[in-house]
Amino acid sequence: MSHSELDKDYLQYPQRTYGMDHDRYDWSMLKDRPKINWPQGKGVAFWVNVGLQFFPLNQKGIPFKVPGGMTKPYPDLRHYSLRDYGNRVGIYRFLKTFDKYDIKPTFAVNTKLAERTPYLLNKIKDRGDEMICHGYHMDTLHYGGQDPDEEAELIKRALDSLRELSGQSINGWLSPAKSESATTPDLLAAHGISYFCDWVNDEMPYPFRTPQGHLTAMPLSTELEDYHIILHNQHSAESWAEQVCDACDFLIKESSTEGGRILSINIHPWVLGQPHRIAQLEKALEYVTSKSEVWPAYAGEILTAWKDNQA
Amino acid sequence: MKEDPGYYDYWPYENRPKIEWPNGAQLAFWVAPNIEFYELNPPPNPHRSPWPQPHPAVPGYSIRDWGNRVGHIRQMELLEKYGIRGSISLSTALCDHHPEIIKMCHERQWEFFSHGIYNTRYTYGMTEAQEREMIKDSLESIHKHTGQKCAGYLAPALSHSELTLDLFAEVASEMFGEDGGFYSCDLFHDDQPTPIRLRQGKRFVSIPYSLEMNDTIAYLVQKVPPRQYGKALKENFDRLYQEGAESGTVMCIPTHNYQVSCAHRIKAYEEALEYITGHSNVWVATGREIASYYLEHYYEDALNDITAKSITA
Repeated sequence: MSHSELDKDYLQYPQRTYGMDHDRYDWSMLKDRPKINWPQGKGVAFWVNVGLQFFPLNQKGIPFKVPGGMTKPYPDLRHYSLRDYGNRVGIYRFLKTFDKYDIKPTFAVNTKLAERTPYLLNKIKDRGDEMICHGYHMDTLHYGGQDPDEEAELIKRALDSLRELSGQSINGWLSPAKSESATTPDLLAAHGISYFCDWVNDEMPYPFRTPQGHLTAMPLSTELEDYHIILHNQHSAESWAEQVCDACDFLIKESSTEGGRILSINIHPWVLGQPHRIAQLEKALEYVTSKSEVWPAYAGEILTAWKDNQA
Repeated sequence: MKEDPGYYDYWPYENRPKIEWPNGAQLAFWVAPNIEFYELNPPPNPHRSPWPQPHPAVPGYSIRDWGNRVGHIRQMELLEKYGIRGSISLSTALCDHHPEIIKMCHERQWEFFSHGIYNTRYTYGMTEAQEREMIKDSLESIHKHTGQKCAGYLAPALSHSELTLDLFAEVASEMFGEDGGFYSCDLFHDDQPTPIRLRQGKRFVSIPYSLEMNDTIAYLVQKVPPRQYGKALKENFDRLYQEGAESGTVMCIPTHNYQVSCAHRIKAYEEALEYITGHSNVWVATGREIASYYLEHYYEDALNDITAKSITA
């Protein structure tokens, strides 16, 4: 039996003190924070976040193959084109659905997709929906050990170009695969980002420290994602809708005593935009928006309302 | 390496001496919330990597932190609603990091048992002295922060050595005598408590802590939908309850706040708790209470029966 010995420091615990084991944010239980009041006395803000993504055929997979990306030997036409399907077909099903239920969708856009598909970009722009930057594309990951100059250049390129193409100020960020380097938040703050959606450790916004001041971490659930539930967990689309409805019920109930809550669903037109799944998106949106306690809102609006409560 | 851990002999489920739980209950029910701290940047262990990505592993770290920030209170209130005191499988560094959680559980007279210091420090590769030191540290933390004499152990992240159970029992005996260190949750071989053979011969039992009913196994490994998990809990209960009329059984639900307390899952869990606690012949207990009762009333009978059956085999 191999018994490679452990260093002495394996039984040393230098961070074993009150609070977190890092200084990015303070330890805080949700129940201990002041109650949040959403506009019009609503209980649950409903944030529908749509990933508009470009998965390049010549994926490098550094430092890992992005979930949802190419898995077969080059050229993996199967996955490339099925992802592309979302941007050509599925998204237009989404838009109809959103309009039917008065959703205010937030679009997390890979800048490379904005560059490649001006028609789609202009469509979103003309609708006036909020866009946030979803990184340059799905194969330009941010990760520990990445060359700092390379990452800084990547973030600058992604934001400069999306800001120019969209005509929006682009205040929000979602990293591809929610993967970060140790300095991603610092670079985001330095490039004018005010909120980011990578950390899933809370159900409400909270301040996240950087040398450039605080970012706000916005809670975008991975557990309720269409990709996570339908493709990773292999549940049916029907089960996805059921889980969203159950979450909605629970959060409405919790908000009645604990203050405002957020129901966030991160969805992708290449997953739920399929003809055999779209009805489940409709079903979930119909259910959630039928509740009088629900406030459909852009991520930026939720952030503003939350900040207004922090006075 | 051994072919068999040597903790117990083969002992068929049929025709064992009859167990009856307090007040004639046929099933002992306990819930074991794992309250854990995972480090963002733990030291490397050559046998197991704590995170799938290079530091910082934001997805894995942050969802577990959610369990402490958001999920804990949800599960605690739910257990309280159904009259269940949790038996906490505790990453004992949490006493230092998040004493508020410890205080809330302590006020509700929940039990704390050791789950190591951090769930990102594995037993793999530790020398006997190192593992002993780690276990002792964890028991001291629980005692210092709650006054409890830790009775049970679940190895951190289920990482074991050949000596894990022995070392736990020995360290606890040195600290607390017979009042501490008498049950293990690390073995999954039975639906009833069973005596465990240790090198110093301490009276010690394994009590059922079901991996199959563990929310993380269900949700992360088997990836079942929430309602299917709720259904499995009820079916697991139904069968154990039925068999418990013949000889008392144990049902455990091991949970994790970052799984079971999610808004889209907690309903299924609540329905199962309501169902289980709605039956009359259920003894809602803690791990310590189940182990103590068994040691007091059935341990010797069990040993005799095991010996008799291994001789006549």
